[in-house]
This record gives sequence, structure tokens and C-alpha cells, in this order.
Amino acid sequence: MTSAEPRVVDFPLRRPGEAFPPPRYQDYRDQPGLMLSYLPNGNKVWLVTRHEDVRAVLTNRKISSNPDHPGFPNISQTMGVPRQEQIPGWFVGLDSPEHDRFRKALIPEFTVRRVRELRPAVEQTVDRCIDAMLAAGNEADLVADFALPVPSLVISSLLGVPPVDRDFFESRTRTLVAIQASTDQQRDTASRELLRYINRLVAIKQKWPGDDLISRLLATGAIEPQEMSGVLMLLLIAGHETTANNIALGVVTLLNNPEWIGDDRVVEETLRFHSVADLVSLRVAVEDVEISGQLVRAGEGIVPLVAAANHDEQAFACPHRFDPARTERHHVAFGYGVHQCLGQNLVRIEMEIAYRRLFERIPGLRLAVPAEELPLKYDGVLCGLHALPVRW
Amino acid sequence: MRITVDTDRCVGAGQCVLTAPAVFDQDHDGVVEVHDPAVGADEQDAVALAATLCPSGAITVQRD
Ligand code: HEM
Repeated sequence: MTSAEPRVVDFPLRRPGEAFPPPRYQDYRDQPGLMLSYLPNGNKVWLVTRHEDVRAVLTNRKISSNPDHPGFPNISQTMGVPRQEQIPGWFVGLDSPEHDRFRKALIPEFTVRRVRELRPAVEQTVDRCIDAMLAAGNEADLVADFALPVPSLVISSLLGVPPVDRDFFESRTRTLVAIQASTDQQRDTASRELLRYINRLVAIKQKWPGDDLISRLLATGAIEPQEMSGVLMLLLIAGHETTANNIALGVVTLLNNPEWIGDDRVVEETLRFHSVADLVSLRVAVEDVEISGQLVRAGEGIVPLVAAANHDEQAFACPHRFDPARTERHHVAFGYGVHQCLGQNLVRIEMEIAYRRLFERIPGLRLAVPAEELPLKYDGVLCGLHALPVRW
Repeated sequence: MRITVDTDRCVGAGQCVLTAPAVFDQDHDGVVEVHDPAVGADEQDAVALAATLCPSGAITVQRD
């Protein structure tokens, strides 16, 4: 047990004008034990920054993902993002064994083999977005015109949303995840409209099952119809802005490191390097537990910072270098433990195709504003760009 | 090399299939399955890596 008083650091961790991951993470990692911080609502949270410690937290059974536990760090809520977790079926907020029923029912849909079958559909989606950008002229906002629609269209086709409803679906999910561009009320309305739409879709699939994810999930009998909307909203939200942010930041990094364009190894390295889901794997101790020599009491929040872990020099050689040829594969950009990203193999394919097709078809792609002026997201739980103005 | 997989623990992340595709597969339910328990000398490192990448600790390996 460390005898020294833990160091208290200010929240939020990401601040305007700073690079991401924040240079301060280095200093946090170098301190023994854990950092202590307080959320805007006064909740006490422990920050975990070393790779080894992040993995230990995310596999510890005394540590819970359930936001109903008192002391759970509801970061999204304190940052003004509406809370989705109360919907039944929102299984990322459940612990084993309750969580496992949902996860087991879903994994056949996300196996390595299954998502490879989706490759032609993803290629078509990516190409259509590029066609539209090319047809519109010689400049675009790569976030609005490419990085956001690609994952959104991929998920809607995965869920079996009929093509005629895709525009509705896409516009509502976009409102929901566009933290800066939409008001709380707009997001609330979009969320309600989506939920209503999803419920209707589930009812239709119950009556007339097809060859799609919703019908197959219903057929397993493992998930109750009233839990379906939570499951489907989770898939929709978990896979949208995360993927978009990673694509947008990855494109900027490739423009800065053009020697790597065309090499598929960039996919894994942009995941590690950008670690967009830095504040996603939130936890609370449900029993007293010791982490890195620090006693964490039951009811205290724990925030494993995956961006800090992924830039830990104990785990990665020259972690601050963008090096797609590195052999270490153990980044925690998708988390670790039983909640490790369910959509990770789909994301890998989406990103691979997105980077490859974008630079093949628009070889003259370049930033339309100086790199320092790109609007980084400081206000959400994810790191990313609000916009990415490009030209060719 | 001896490989033990715990199918109850498996969460279907697919890390093992990506890392050592000659040895690991996912069955119809998406759960880990050992393709070929006779691990060739050139595959042992990949299998050991797959075990450490597995997020749920479903794979254990014992080197001979
Ligand atoms: C670059 C893109 C993505 C990143 C960085 C990412 C990151 C993550 C992380 C860190 C977690 C763990 C959360 C926790 O520990 O509490 C997670 C879970 C999850 N992700 Fe992703 N994700 C991405 C894309 C996707 C996509 C495309 C989908 C689905 C279509 C998806 C579906 C999910 C689901 C369902 C969970 C919850 C799994 C569970 O609780 O068992 N994600 N993701």
C-alpha cells in the first residue's frame, strides 16, 4: 500500500489548445499509485493510466460497469450528454453473469468470419460516400460527408433497416452524436424518434422475420422483445461516433505520414495512437480493492484512461511515434475484459476500406485549413474532430 | 504446447482468430474453438500472444 497521499488532478482532462492524448498523462503514469480527481458533480474518481493497471481494473470482478451503483462516474451526464443506460438491454452497463446472456447472443453476428462477409457491402457504402463527395466539387467536410455516414450506413444495413428508411435513420443518429452541432432538445427528440422507429422495426421483424440481425436475435429467444431496443440503440451509438472519430483522426495522421498510405497496418496503429474512447470504460468498485498499491473503497469511481495506457512506454516502444510496423498488438483502444468491443472486427474492416479507398480515389486529398485549426473535441467523452475540411 | 480453452469465459472478441488463424476458430455460436491442437513450432509464439490478447482469459497455454 502506498503511504504517500494520492495526487489530486483537475477534471476535465482534455483541455482546449492541447494535443491529444494530453501531455499530462505522461506525468500521471510516472507517479506511483493512482491519481485522484473529482467530477463536476463532486464524485470522487481514481484515474488509472498505466497499461498493466488498466488491464487489471478491466478484469477485476470487484469492479463493476453498472451505472446504477452509487458512485459510478457518470461522466457523460456531467458533461451534458443525455444518459442512455436506463434502457433495458443496454448491456454494456451490466456485469457478468447478466451481461453474458446479451453478449453470447450477439457474438455470432460479429465473428471474424461474419464481418468479412460484410466486406462488399462496406466497400459499396464507402464508394458511394466518395462518389457523392466527388460529385459535389473539390472540397468537403470529411467528418460530415464521410467519417460519420460510413459507420452509420454500415450499422443500418447490419440491423436490416430498409433502404428507404436509411436517410431518416442516418439523420437522427447524426443529431444524436453531434454534441456540438445539436442542442440537448434536438438530441432528445432524435433519440425518442429513433427508439420509436427501432421498436416498430422489431415489431415488424417479429411478424415477418427476415435474414437480418434483428430477426436472428429474436429467434435465439435469449433476448426479450422489450430488451431489443436497448440492445439495438447500444449497437447504433457504440459504433457510430467512435468509428467516425477514428477515421477522421486517422486520415489527418496519414496526411502527416504519407509514407504509410496504402499499408493496412495503419488500422491497428491509428486505433492505438488516437485511442478515441479514452473516457468510455468507466467503472465503480463494489468491494474494497487494491489497485497499483492504492486502496480503492467500495463506491468509489474508477476511470481507466485507455489513451494513457496505449502511450505507456512500459508497454509500447516509442509510444508517441506513429509506427504501423510495430509488433505490439496489445493496445486497449477497444477496452479489455468481458466488455471488450463487440464491434471491433467490423471496425477494422470499415477503417481498412475507408482509408484505402479514400486515398486511392482522391490521391490529391489535403487539408483545407492549417492542422492547428482543426476543431478537436474537448467536450464529449470521445476524442475526435468536429469537422475536417479537405480539398483535392 | 498444450492449449486449454474455456468456452464459458469466451466473449467472442476474435483476437485469437486474428492472431493465430491456423490454430483458433470461432464456432457457429462465435465461441472459441481449437482448429488444430498440434501447434507447429512456428506457431507457438502466435498462440502464446493470442492467450495474452484474449480479453476474458479464456485461453491458457502450457509450453512443453
Ligand atoms: C473505432 C471504433 C470503436 C471503438 C474505439 C470502440 C471502443 C469500445 C470500447 C472501449 C468498449 C468497451 C466499453 C467498456 O469497457 O465499458 C466498447 C464496447 C462495445 N462496442 Fe465498441 N468501439 C468501436 C466501434 C464499435 C462498433 C462499430 C460497434 C458495433 C457495431 C461497437 C459495439 C460495441 C458494443 C456493443 C460494446 C459493448 C460490449 C459489451 O459490453 O460486451 N463498437 N467499444
